[in-house]
Amino acid sequence: MIRVQEEDFDIGAELTTFCAGDTSIGGVASFTGLVRDMAPIDGSARTIKTMTLEHYPGMTEKKLAEIEAEANKRWPLAASLIIHRYGTLAPGDQIVFVACASAHRQAAFDACQFLMDWLKTDAPFWKLEDTDTGGAWVEARDSDDKAAARWGKPETAS
Amino acid sequence: MKILYFAWMRQRIGASNEDMDLPDSVNTVDGLVDWLIARGDGYAQAFAKREVIRAAVNQEYVQFDHAVTNGDEIAFFPPVTGG
Repeated sequence: MIRVQEEDFDIGAELTTFCAGDTSIGGVASFTGLVRDMAPIDGSARTIKTMTLEHYPGMTEKKLAEIEAEANKRWPLAASLIIHRYGTLAPGDQIVFVACASAHRQAAFDACQFLMDWLKTDAPFWKLEDTDTGGAWVEARDSDDKAAARWGKPETAS
Repeated sequence: MKILYFAWMRQRIGASNEDMDLPDSVNTVDGLVDWLIARGDGYAQAFAKREVIRAAVNQEYVQFDHAVTNGDEIAFFPPVTGG
């Protein structure tokens, strides 16, 4: 299941409901991404006041659904969930949540990492950080391309 | 055709989307970018580093040699930074 939303989410409630009732499940793994309070901009650390996430409605949902489908092809998942927020967030706020349930832990762990790695390079979101010295768009990192590439994804040079 | 811009491309161009009729001479994403750049400084600034820009036609990532037609939804944006 995928959800793109402005409002916050309750990790505990999400974890109990997304795979409820399936007693074939032996393990549930999840990852939560949070807004940090510091950002390196032009080589120095800046304090983040807010972070605003912009996205491409329509394509975002389409890409997240494709990424989730790919995870379900690669691992025997009983359930999976991706939640990604947009709008203006503050340090400490939750941005993203992925959870995977499977009969065994390895599939659940691996699928969570895969979802995050592919989402980082494929889902059309952009972060604007408002710091004490003004606003700056977060730049994409080569390390994210490399993280996605380890799952067999070509790096994103166009 | 509908063209959408996101993040700093949207800011430089000063619009999040626009509807326009494609001239007959424009058949590819690359051709569209050349044509947009000729429309003004905001576009020229937005597309200054063309090699880093990503393009999507009808919400699918494409290379810049991909064909475009008047019925398409085309989006231009910087590398994505979600998660």
